[in-house]
Amino acid sequence: MSTSEWSAVWLTLQLATVTTLLLLVLGAPLAWWLARSRSVLKPFWAALVAMPLVLPPTVLGFYLLLMLGPNGTVGQFTQAMGWGRLPFTFGGLVVASVIYSLPFVVQPLQQAFEAIPERVLEAASTLRAAPMDRFFSVAVPLARPGFLTAMLLGFAHTVGEFGVVLMIGGSIPDKTRVLSVAIYEHVEAGEFNDAHRLAIGMLLFAFFVSVVLCVVNRPKREDAWS
Amino acid sequence: MIDVQLRLQRREFTLDVQVQLPDRRATALVGPSGCGKTTVLRAMAGLLHAAGRVTVAEQVWQDDATGRYMPAHQRAVGYVSQETSLFAHLNVRRNLEFGLKRVGLGSRRVSLDQAVVLLNLAALMSRNTHGLSGGERQRVAIARALLASPQLLLLDEPLTGLDAPRKAEVLECIRRLHEELAMPVIYVSHAMDEVRQLASHLVLMEAGRVSASGPLETVLRDAEPARLENRPSI
Repeated sequence: MSTSEWSAVWLTLQLATVTTLLLLVLGAPLAWWLARSRSVLKPFWAALVAMPLVLPPTVLGFYLLLMLGPNGTVGQFTQAMGWGRLPFTFGGLVVASVIYSLPFVVQPLQQAFEAIPERVLEAASTLRAAPMDRFFSVAVPLARPGFLTAMLLGFAHTVGEFGVVLMIGGSIPDKTRVLSVAIYEHVEAGEFNDAHRLAIGMLLFAFFVSVVLCVVNRPKREDAWS
Repeated sequence: MIDVQLRLQRREFTLDVQVQLPDRRATALVGPSGCGKTTVLRAMAGLLHAAGRVTVAEQVWQDDATGRYMPAHQRAVGYVSQETSLFAHLNVRRNLEFGLKRVGLGSRRVSLDQAVVLLNLAALMSRNTHGLSGGERQRVAIARALLASPQLLLLDEPLTGLDAPRKAEVLECIRRLHEELAMPVIYVSHAMDEVRQLASHLVLMEAGRVSASGPLETVLRDAEPARLENRPSI
């Protein structure tokens, strides 16, 4: 593989890692709230979180481009703060990926949190655990398979995204040209062998993730709750 | 003195309980299904907010007249329900230590060794919770609640679903812990034989209200037999 291809691989891994970590930090409290809240606004927020599942990536990328651009509200804010503009930077890719992969992290976490019986959390509270304590010492460890699924899906989905990153990042070598974009450019240029080399790697990676997911989510023999 | 005054309006029934219970004695709360026994216990534990006042060991846990309401994790209460809720991600020892760790050294009234002996858990300490039998689970749950050094232990039908030998075993443990630790216990039950073995104070409930409260023998003498035995012993 050429240096520029290795650079695309490295950039993709960086993007997926940063995105996944950010999504876990942001997604876990959000998923917890969605799992436990009885608020009337819950369906609204749940629908908003699920939007990227049904929205064409190019549409999301387009609006993000407008928002983050020099005349967009977020763009003006980042410029006022001295952070510069996000489109066509690694930071812009991270913002877009976090939004686009949000449901892939939040939904498995939400399901894992919902599966924890209320009485287990009540037991923790009568054992003097305050709400934050209950979250970290009971909910998070009990939701561990959900966290693993969320991490794998968030990571794999970020590695595989194309439309959003192309809209918001373009294809700047070493900065925003991720694997999927590199494959596309090889195909455009008629370099099918090069495209194939990268694509087969992605295929194997996707299969590996899929196998791990099946192992993580296989049905348990006995009820894990007590 | 444990002072309980609780009111709760639900669609199907109204809870209106006013009762004083003696410290350092085991109280049994008896009544037909759906009369509000569990609701009283949950409200006392702070798991459910019923309006009123709860005072335990001269500490006001709740007084809606002054706007005071301590959430469950601030009340020195032990609560064991009929369905045990052991933490599946922790082994027996770590389950026991959960509450213990969260109580300051100065406020600890029960040591780990003491609880292990009282509830006969020595052989189970390194076991996972999955493989435990019903009786073992209840004993672990009771020990875990004890180790949070409660001022009051609430047991909601902890023998439900156990066979007779297991029942006897857990009942004996509860009796011993109450005697040795002088910890007030409120014990909800359908079964009068359990109550006779355990309690010295009896509260009868009916349709959300207390119909009788007093020393066990007195209440038993005065109550119509039908009201006590209207439920089969489970």
